[in-house]
Amino acid sequence: MLTKRIIPCLDIKDGRTVKGVNFVGLRDAGDPVLLAEKYSEGGADELVFLDISASADKRKTLIDLVENVARKTNIPFTVGGGIRTVKDVYQVLRAGADKISINSAAVKNPKIINELSNVFGNQCITVAIDAKPINGDWKVHLVGGRIATAIDLFEWSKEVEDRGAGEILFTSMKNDGTKNGFAIDALKRVSEIVQIPVIASGGAGSTEDFIDVFHKTEVSAALAASVFHYEEIKILDLKNILKNNKIEVRI
Amino acid sequence: MKIAIIDYGAGNIKSVQFALERLGYEGVCTSNPNEIRSADKVIFPGVGAANSAMNELQKSGLNELIPSLKQPVMGICLGMQLMCTSSEENDTACLGIFPMKVQKFNHDLKIPHIGWNQIDDFGSSLFNQILPSGYVYFVHSYYVPLSQFTTSTATYSFKFSATIQKNNFFGCQFHPEKSSDVGMQILNNFLKL
Repeated sequence: MLTKRIIPCLDIKDGRTVKGVNFVGLRDAGDPVLLAEKYSEGGADELVFLDISASADKRKTLIDLVENVARKTNIPFTVGGGIRTVKDVYQVLRAGADKISINSAAVKNPKIINELSNVFGNQCITVAIDAKPINGDWKVHLVGGRIATAIDLFEWSKEVEDRGAGEILFTSMKNDGTKNGFAIDALKRVSEIVQIPVIASGGAGSTEDFIDVFHKTEVSAALAASVFHYEEIKILDLKNILKNNKIEVRI
Repeated sequence: MKIAIIDYGAGNIKSVQFALERLGYEGVCTSNPNEIRSADKVIFPGVGAANSAMNELQKSGLNELIPSLKQPVMGICLGMQLMCTSSEENDTACLGIFPMKVQKFNHDLKIPHIGWNQIDDFGSSLFNQILPSGYVYFVHSYYVPLSQFTTSTATYSFKFSATIQKNNFFGCQFHPEKSSDVGMQILNNFLKL
């Protein structure tokens, strides 16, 4: 049986992990490769690296990082942030990433989804969508959620699927950082209107939140950052609890 | 032992090379026909779309070379699918090593089939020391149906070929290089053939 995936997300700036990472037993908590190894051994099903470096000349640093992660780990991982062209995707995949994610670039130029999917196959093209409700309507946001667009979350989800996305990583900006749980209603709707897998992101604070999102929506995976980085939730413990709640996981 | 990883411009070939490295072997990424022909083991990886991959193989003449190889050859994911007769992905004619048609998942479950799923019904020495229902990582929208060549199965709404074998040719739908300990054992078993 296909299992639900638990995915830690690492924000990367200039080749280092940012956003308070506080792993016990790691001499250098900022080294994404050490973290990746630790997660890989600790039961994570997949990893997401989000490069938030501002400048394009840090590209080489990112590619080196991708290679090092691929060298040290034996679970799949996705790389996002600043990917705009076929060449960008080619370099990241060739270095050892399994999937790439695009966000703003897809909103600004939706045809890039078709193009990437034609060249690389849809299975490695994840479209990341940041959204939050404005006057009750879920609107897609850009630049890490700072800039609102007029694009409706649900219409956009359907469009990216039609254009050849293989997966949607939906982050609710409303829930992100609150630790009050995932955006269940929106996730339920997104995961029901598309046939491609959906990764839930934003709001994970407790094991109950994970049980909730898998029980109440059709999402295929749940992603979180700080609860894993700070070891508030250990992935193996979480998976055992999910299993006890009749949610299929790989243990 | 000389291990050639076929490099035809597509796919995450470094992952395969690194997995071999972790097992203590050195793999060479190459498109050189002599190097591939003289290798002890050949790995034919693949991520991408069937038609663009076949185009690349034809450009370099690898489409003729691969079916003529005599040493153990392992096609991974798209590599396995390309060893079949044809793929429904853009109606692509493939290498024809396995007389099978690659089909698109066409059911109500989420497609692509992405994530960790179990493999069973082992019928090959590739699975030495692997417990039934072990988890491996899949990421694909097309599959090879069950046949006399099937050497393990996975279930996604129905059973399909997780691995296939015909003579010296092995196909692996999942990614052993990304499938944690189970995947590493399968790769190791292949290298020890």
